[in-house]
Amino acid sequence: MSTAPAHPRGVIRRGLGILWIAVKDEPKIFAVSAVGSALFGGMTIAQAYVFGHITSTVIEPSIKAGHARTAALVSAVLLILGVATLKVVGILGRRLGAGIMQYRLQATYRKRVTRRYLELPLEWHQRHPTGELLSNANSDVEAAWYPIAPFPFAVGVVFMLITTLVLLFFTDPVLAIVGSVIFPSIAGLTVVYSRRMSPLMTRAQQLRGEVSTVAHESFDGALVVKTLGREAYETERFTAISRELRDTLVQVGRVRGLFDPIMEALPVIGVLLVLVVGSSRVGSGHLDSGSLVRVAYLFTLLAFPVRAIGWVLNELPRSVVGYERVQRVLTAQGQQEHGTSVRTVDAAVSLDVSGLGFAYGDEQVLHDVSFDVAPGRTVAVVGPTGSGKSTVATLLVRLVDPVTGTVGYDGTDVRAFAPGALADVASLAPQTTFLFDDSVRGNVTLGADVSDEQVWAALRVAQADGFVAALPTGLDTVVGERGTTLSGGQRQRLALARAVARKPRLLVLDDATSSVDPSVEQRILAGLRESSTAATVVVVAYRRATIALADEVVFVDGGRVVDRGSHAELLVRCAGYRDLVTAYERAEVERAAEHAGDELESA
Amino acid sequence: MTTTMTAPGGVERSSTGTLLHALRLAPEFRAGLGVTLLLAVVSTAGRVVVPLAVQQTIDHGLNRSTPDLGLVRLACSLAAVAVAVTAVANYLMNVRLYRTTEDGLLSLRTKAFRRVHDLSVLHQASERRGSLVSRVTGDVDTISSFMQFGGLLVIISAAQLVLASAVMLWWSWQLTLVVYVCMLPLVLSLRIFQRRLQVAYGLVRQRIGEMLGAVSESVVGAPVIRAYGAQDRTATRIDEAVSRTTQAQTRAQTISATTFCSGEITTALANSAVIVLGVLLATGGSLSLGRLVGFLFLVTLFVQPVQVATEVLNEAQNAIAGMRRVLGVLDTPTDVGDPVTGVELPAGPLSVTFEHVHFAYPGGPDVLHDVDLTLTARTRVAVVGETGSGKTTFAKLLTRLMDPTRGRVLLSGVPLEQVQFASLRRRVVMVPQDGFLFDTTVADNVRYGRAGASDADLLLAFTELGLDDWLDSLPGGLSTPVGERGESLSVGERQLVAIARAYIADPDLLVLDEATSAVDPATEVRLARALDSLTRGRTTLTIAHRLSTAEAADEVLVVDRGVVVQRGAHRDLVDVPGVYGDLHASWVSQSR
Repeated sequence: MSTAPAHPRGVIRRGLGILWIAVKDEPKIFAVSAVGSALFGGMTIAQAYVFGHITSTVIEPSIKAGHARTAALVSAVLLILGVATLKVVGILGRRLGAGIMQYRLQATYRKRVTRRYLELPLEWHQRHPTGELLSNANSDVEAAWYPIAPFPFAVGVVFMLITTLVLLFFTDPVLAIVGSVIFPSIAGLTVVYSRRMSPLMTRAQQLRGEVSTVAHESFDGALVVKTLGREAYETERFTAISRELRDTLVQVGRVRGLFDPIMEALPVIGVLLVLVVGSSRVGSGHLDSGSLVRVAYLFTLLAFPVRAIGWVLNELPRSVVGYERVQRVLTAQGQQEHGTSVRTVDAAVSLDVSGLGFAYGDEQVLHDVSFDVAPGRTVAVVGPTGSGKSTVATLLVRLVDPVTGTVGYDGTDVRAFAPGALADVASLAPQTTFLFDDSVRGNVTLGADVSDEQVWAALRVAQADGFVAALPTGLDTVVGERGTTLSGGQRQRLALARAVARKPRLLVLDDATSSVDPSVEQRILAGLRESSTAATVVVVAYRRATIALADEVVFVDGGRVVDRGSHAELLVRCAGYRDLVTAYERAEVERAAEHAGDELESA
Repeated sequence: MTTTMTAPGGVERSSTGTLLHALRLAPEFRAGLGVTLLLAVVSTAGRVVVPLAVQQTIDHGLNRSTPDLGLVRLACSLAAVAVAVTAVANYLMNVRLYRTTEDGLLSLRTKAFRRVHDLSVLHQASERRGSLVSRVTGDVDTISSFMQFGGLLVIISAAQLVLASAVMLWWSWQLTLVVYVCMLPLVLSLRIFQRRLQVAYGLVRQRIGEMLGAVSESVVGAPVIRAYGAQDRTATRIDEAVSRTTQAQTRAQTISATTFCSGEITTALANSAVIVLGVLLATGGSLSLGRLVGFLFLVTLFVQPVQVATEVLNEAQNAIAGMRRVLGVLDTPTDVGDPVTGVELPAGPLSVTFEHVHFAYPGGPDVLHDVDLTLTARTRVAVVGETGSGKTTFAKLLTRLMDPTRGRVLLSGVPLEQVQFASLRRRVVMVPQDGFLFDTTVADNVRYGRAGASDADLLLAFTELGLDDWLDSLPGGLSTPVGERGESLSVGERQLVAIARAYIADPDLLVLDEATSAVDPATEVRLARALDSLTRGRTTLTIAHRLSTAEAADEVLVVDRGVVVQRGAHRDLVDVPGVYGDLHASWVSQSR
C-alpha cells in the first residue's frame, strides 16, 4: 500500500492530468456529457432570467392592473416548460454521458490490467501478493475513474459561473461585485476543503484495505483459529484496525461537519447581501425589482451545482493513487520473451536441462541443475522437503525462466518457442490444484480442441471418470469457485486429467497424486504407463511405486543434483537417497526390534 | 449462498424491522440520537430563510412608494443570524452523527467478525470466503455511507418538506394545494421507479460479483493458465464478464437519470401552476407580490427532497440489504456453541468415548454410522480408510468442530458439549492437512500455538521435533517471513511449521489429519518418532494415507463407508483378510 501523496498541489495537478487522459480516451462521450452539462448550466441561468422576466412583465403589471392578461400567462408557462425541457435534455446528456464514460473507462482499464496479468511472467506474479493484484484490477481501477462521474457536471458549472459573472456585470456592477466575492470564495473553500480532506480520505481507504486484508486472512485460516482457540485474539487484531478506521472516519466527519455548513451558508449569505444591496440599488433607481429577483434566484440555483467542483477535487487524490497503481501494472517490465519456433515432429520430447540456477529474491534455491531425458523415458525427481523439486518442475514447462542455464526440447531452448507453442507440447500437473469456476469439461480442456471421448479417456486415466459420471450433469457440471464442490482428491484427479487430455509430449507431474488414496494412485499410475507411451515424463515424488515407474532417478538436495542413475544404483551408492526412500522400511525394522525387545523384557 | 445466514427460521425482516434490530444489537447507534435529530431539524431551518427574506424585501422593502431599506436590512440581518445558528447546528449534528454511526458500525463489524469465527466449520464452509469478508467490510461501509449521506439527507429533506409546507400554508393554502397536486404523480410513480432501480442495481451487483470472480482467476490461476497456454481463453472470459457489467451499469444509470429528470419536469409544472393561480389570486388582492415570488423559491425547496428521495431510496435499499447481511451473521445461531455454564476437562491425559455416534451433513446421508468405541488415555491411535470413508469427520467430531447428529462424544467421561471452549481448545489440538500460515514470520506462526512463547521456547520445539536443520536452512531462521498463506514456503515446509505450532501448544489430545502428507518420508518418519517420544503420556490420533503411522500406532481404527469395520494393533490386523489387509498390501507395494 502506498502512502498518501506528499504534496496536495501536485496531486491536484496530476489528478487533472488523469482527467485529461480520460477525455482523450473517450472524446465523443465526453463531448456529449460536457455539452449536456453546459446546456444544463445555460438553462439554469435562463430559468432565473425567465423568473425575473415573468416577475417584471407578467406578475407585477398584472397586480398593478388588477387583472391578469391570459396571453402573458400562457407565454410565461410556455417559457418555463420550454426551459425545463431543455434542462432535462442537458441533464440526460450529462448524467448518461458521465456514467457511460466512467463505466467504459473502468471496463477498458480492467481489461488492460488483466491482459497484462496474463502476459507478465509467473515470476512477476510471485513477487506481488494476490490481494494487491486483485485490488489493482478492482478497486484501484474504480478509484482512478471515480472523479469522472461528477467531472462533466463540474465542467458545466465552471461554464455556468463564468457566464453568470459576465451577465451580472451587465445587470448591475455592484451586484456583480457581490457575486465575484461569493462564488470564487465557494470555489476557493472547496479547494481548501479537499486539501484538508484528501489525506484523511486516502488514509481511510488504506485502512479499509487493511481491515479487509485482516478479515480475509483470518477467515481463510478459520480452521486454524478454531482448532487453536484463538478467536479472541483474532477479534482483537480485527478490532484494533477497525478502531483506527473508525477514528479516521470520525475525523473525516469533523472536517466535513465544519466545511459542509459553511459551503451551504455562503450562497445564502450571498442572497441576503444581494437583497440588501439590491434593494438600495432599486431605491436609487439603478435596478428594477425583476432583475433583483432574477439575481437572487440565480444565487439560489447556483448554490448546489458549485459543489460539483468540490466533488471532483475531493476524488482526485484517490484517483491519483489508484491510477498510479494501475500504471505500475501496465508498465511492469519482465515480459517473457518468446521466439518463433514451433515443434513440428509429433513425438516424445527429448528433454535437456543444463546448468539451471534459480533464486527467489536473494535466496538461491537451485544451483547448476543438469540432467537429460531421452524421448519416451520417465525420470523421477526425488529429494527432501524444500530441496527445490517444485521449482525444477516449473522451470521445465517454462512457467518461470532460470537465472542461469537452459531447458531444451529436442535441442531447442524453450525460450525460442513461439507463444503458446510450449503449452501444446508440455503439460504440468502441479502440487496444488487450481480449478476454474467452469464445467468439468471446460476445466479439463481449458479451451483446447479436445473431443468428449478424449476428455473421458483422460478422466479414466486420472481415475476421475467414476465420480464425474455420478455428477448431476456429468461433464457439464459446474465445479464452483475454485472447485469447492469437490473433495481435495477429486480436484487433484481433475487436474491430472487436464494434464493428460492434451496428449502432451512432455508430462511433468509435481507430486500430483498426494491427496489420492494409495490404491487409487496405483490405478492412476498403471493407466499412465499404458497411455503415455509417446510422452516423456518427469515425476516429482516420494512414493516408491511412483519412483518405480521411472527409468532413471535424479536425486536433488539443497538445490543441487546430488546423484542420478537407476533406483537400484542410487540405493547402493547414494546415502541421502537411501535414507529418504527406505525411511518406512527402516522405521518398521526399528519398530520390530523394539517390539522384540519389549517382548523379551516382558517375558 | 445467502440462504444459509438469514434470520432464524428464515424470517426476512422488513426494512424497519432490520433497522430496529440493528439498534438493539448495537446500542451505540442510539447514543444521543434525540439531540442529533433535533440538531438536524434546526439545521434545516436555514433553508427557508431565503424565501422569507425575499418575501420581506419585496413586500416591505421595494413594493412601496419609498423603499424601507432599514426594514430590509433588519430582515436580512435576522436571516443571517438564523443562517449562522443553522450552520452551527449543522456542524454539531455532523460531528455527532459521524461519531455515533461509526461507533455503532465498529461494534456491528467486530461482533459480526467474532460471530463468523464462532460459527461451526459447516457454516463457515457453506459460504464463499469473499462473501464472508464482505459482511464485515463492504456491507458495513455501505451502511456507513448511507447513514452519513443518504440517511442524513432523508432526515433533513423530511424536515425541509415540513417547514416548506408550513410556510406555504401560512402564505396561501390554495397555492399549497396546487403544489401538492402537481407533486402527486411524482410521488406515486416513485415506488415504480424505485422498484425498477432496485432490480437494475441488483443486476449490477451480481454482474460485478461475477466479474471479480473472473478477474481473480487470472491472478490465482496464473500458473495453470501459463502451463496450458490458456491466456486467450481467460482473457475472453474476463472481457465478457467486464462487458456484461458495463451493460448492466449503463442500464441502471439510464433508469436513474430518467427518474431524476421527472423531478425537474414536476418543478416546472408546479412553478407554472403557481404563477398562473398566483397571479389570479394576487389580482384578486388575496396574495402579495412578495409572497408569490417567495412561493417560487419554496417550490424548489419542496421538489428537492422528493428528488433526493429517488436518489437515496436506492442507496437505502443497498444499505438495508447490507445491514441484513451483517445482521444475518449475528442472527445465525452458533450451532456448535460454547456452553454457558461449561466445565473444565479433568487434568491429565484424555480418553475418548464415542457413544453410538452418527453424523450426516444437512440433507445428506450418514457419513458416520453408529460409531461406538472408547480409546484409552495415552494411546497412539491411527485412523485409516479410503478417501471419503469418514476419517476427517471422525476427527472433527472428536475436536468438536461439529456436533454429531445422533449420539455423543465424551472426553475422559465429560460430554463434549459441556466442556468450555477455553478448556477444550487448550487441551485438544488438531492439525489439519492444509497447514495454513499467517502472513508473518515463522516465529509468529508457531507462537500462535502458545502466546508468549519465547524465541528460545520456539527453537527448543524445533530441535525436539528434529526440525532444527530445516529451520537453519531457511534464510532468516525463525524470523523468515512465510508470505501470504505461507506460500513462500513449499507445501511440505508449511506442514512442518503447522506441526511445530500444534506441538508448542502442548495439548493432552493431539489430532493429526494428514498433517504430513506433503513431507518427504525421511522427515516424516523422523517427525513421527520425535512426536512419539514427546507425546508419550498424551493421547494422539493420526489420520494418514501413509500407513507407516498405522504400523507405529498402538491401535488402528479402520473406517470404511462411515463404519468402523476393524480395530486393533497393526500386527493383529495386517494378516487378517479385510479392509486393512488390502490397504496395507497396496501401501507396501507402493512404498517398498
